[in-house]
Amino acid sequence: MALAVNDLKVWYRTLRGDVKALDGVTFEVADGEIMGIAGESGCGKTTLGKALIRLDTRMKHVGGTVVLDDDELPLADDAAMRRYRYREVSLIPQYAMSAMNPTRKIGRMIRDLLAAHNVRYAEVLPELERRLGLVGLETDVLKRYPIELSGGMKQRVVLVLSTLLNPSLLIGDEVTSALDVSSQKAVARALVEFRDHGFVKSMIVITHDISVLFQVADTILVMYAGHLAEKAPAKTIINAPLHPYTKMLIGALPKVGDRYEEQQLEGIEGRPPSLLEPPAGCRFRDRCPLVHDRCAEAPPFREVAEGHHVACWAVS
Amino acid sequence: MGGYLARKTLVYGLTFVVAVTLNWLIPRLMPGDPVQRMVARAAVQHPETIASMTEYYERTFGLDLPIWQQYLNYWAALFRGDLGTSVWLFPAPVSEVVLAAVPYTLGIMIPAILLSFVVGNSVGAMAARSRWLDNVALPVGYLITAMPYMWLAILLAWGFGVALGWFPVAGGYDFGLVPQWTWSFALDLLQHWVLPFLSLFLVALGGWAIGMRNLIIYELESDYSNYLAALGAPKRLIRQYAFRNAMLPQITGLALQLGTILGGALVTEIVFAYPGLGKLVLSAIQNQDFFLLQGTLLFVVIGVLVANFVIDIVYVLVDPRTRTGLTGATS
Repeated sequence: MALAVNDLKVWYRTLRGDVKALDGVTFEVADGEIMGIAGESGCGKTTLGKALIRLDTRMKHVGGTVVLDDDELPLADDAAMRRYRYREVSLIPQYAMSAMNPTRKIGRMIRDLLAAHNVRYAEVLPELERRLGLVGLETDVLKRYPIELSGGMKQRVVLVLSTLLNPSLLIGDEVTSALDVSSQKAVARALVEFRDHGFVKSMIVITHDISVLFQVADTILVMYAGHLAEKAPAKTIINAPLHPYTKMLIGALPKVGDRYEEQQLEGIEGRPPSLLEPPAGCRFRDRCPLVHDRCAEAPPFREVAEGHHVACWAVS
Repeated sequence: MGGYLARKTLVYGLTFVVAVTLNWLIPRLMPGDPVQRMVARAAVQHPETIASMTEYYERTFGLDLPIWQQYLNYWAALFRGDLGTSVWLFPAPVSEVVLAAVPYTLGIMIPAILLSFVVGNSVGAMAARSRWLDNVALPVGYLITAMPYMWLAILLAWGFGVALGWFPVAGGYDFGLVPQWTWSFALDLLQHWVLPFLSLFLVALGGWAIGMRNLIIYELESDYSNYLAALGAPKRLIRQYAFRNAMLPQITGLALQLGTILGGALVTEIVFAYPGLGKLVLSAIQNQDFFLLQGTLLFVVIGVLVANFVIDIVYVLVDPRTRTGLTGATS
């Protein structure tokens, strides 16, 4: 088991109280698995991704454990976490376009970063150049400044840079969101290739765009308002979702061949609840068509078929 | 780079021409007649003597010529290094008078600018990472940078000069001494230098420290800093990158500040009766000495232009983003 997350709670400190952005999530990611996390804005997916590598100053680890390759990660201890970062857990951030220092040549920046991890640049250089080639970049990008590269090129450089030390787990946060469709496809393919080459053991790909996950992910985890809603193999989530939220999310996607002149694309009525004082019980119940009395109690995240977990009273 | 240099040189050349023209023009727009003044100083009563003296002086200074010819002569003389003759210190040439004053002004300005830039930026960078230092440095920085130069100079003169008696409050060296290459004279020079230097240094220091503190906080929260931290880079590397990037706007700030600091140096010199260019400007105005005023201001203009030119070049060397703008980006 590459990654085991157990009842993880990470809250944001604000002046008005704690925002319970991640409120007890439990899941596992197997070796070689690419798990996608989907959900609307504010559901806690980015918080989850950040929690696994570096809490920012407003975030606090309230409870739960994360075990990576039999080692428990010291999430709350920034200094102790440094040992795991980059070598064990790595990140492709949401802001990959501006992730590199604008006044340093890319090669120089990589050299500085590697030196901080006691790795000699010259030793890694052949592998670095090979991987740049794999994602379709010339090796002379190392002699360029970030502003000399296009957005898609920067995204690919960050992909190569983030996985250079073969981390066990890679977190890709909205990796494809800022790219046009053709670059999206190239980056999505590169992610899968990097897993296939064994550059990263397992991957968590966070996105609001389920159609991207369908291309890259083996399994998809759907989150809603800081809780898990459903986790299943990607095909099952797309073709036979069980949780009413997942169904509505999939229903909101356009399908090839359908004409939307006569029929309206369905959306989901209402908004997610405030996470400052989240309601007890199922957090989706205000928007749920299947709501009944039992929903006042929080549903457990239960396995209903092999590899298919759902948190809903109506289904399990 | 070549094209950029040529363009910059052209711009600075044009600025120089305009500055020299204004410099020539402004004293001539001042009220009063310097020749009348010199004649009056001679205290002669005889009308014929007065007339011949006036004529002699006007010819000496070239004031009898039409105005456009005076202007052209001024340029011609300028290229020969001849700035004319001082009225106030007649018959000393202006260039000699100015050159004698320049070391004093540079002597307080260059250390004040460089030291305040280095110390201010370091203090600001440290304040950004220490709450305690931040709480002290920020209010103090705001206080001293908001002070007018001459006011701080007067405070220092009163505090350290009059009340404590540690330093002399006037002059470039003791009035009883004759300039010579001895240790006692050098020490005396240094004692007179401290207070004018300090008032320039302190005012500039606060501005740099506050600017650096804000810039570095911004840089430390930027995306590249977060990415480095997520990849386990030590704080030292992140701060190093942030400091380097925060220096860029500070260098621009230095170019913008030069004129202000120079203005500050001039008034500070007046407060301390320090024998630099500032005191010379004041004396030239008081004595309606066109030529001395022109010559002094010319040095000031050249100084600011040269310094700005140097900073322009330095900026291109340290910031790759400006460089690609010059050569055309390749992607």
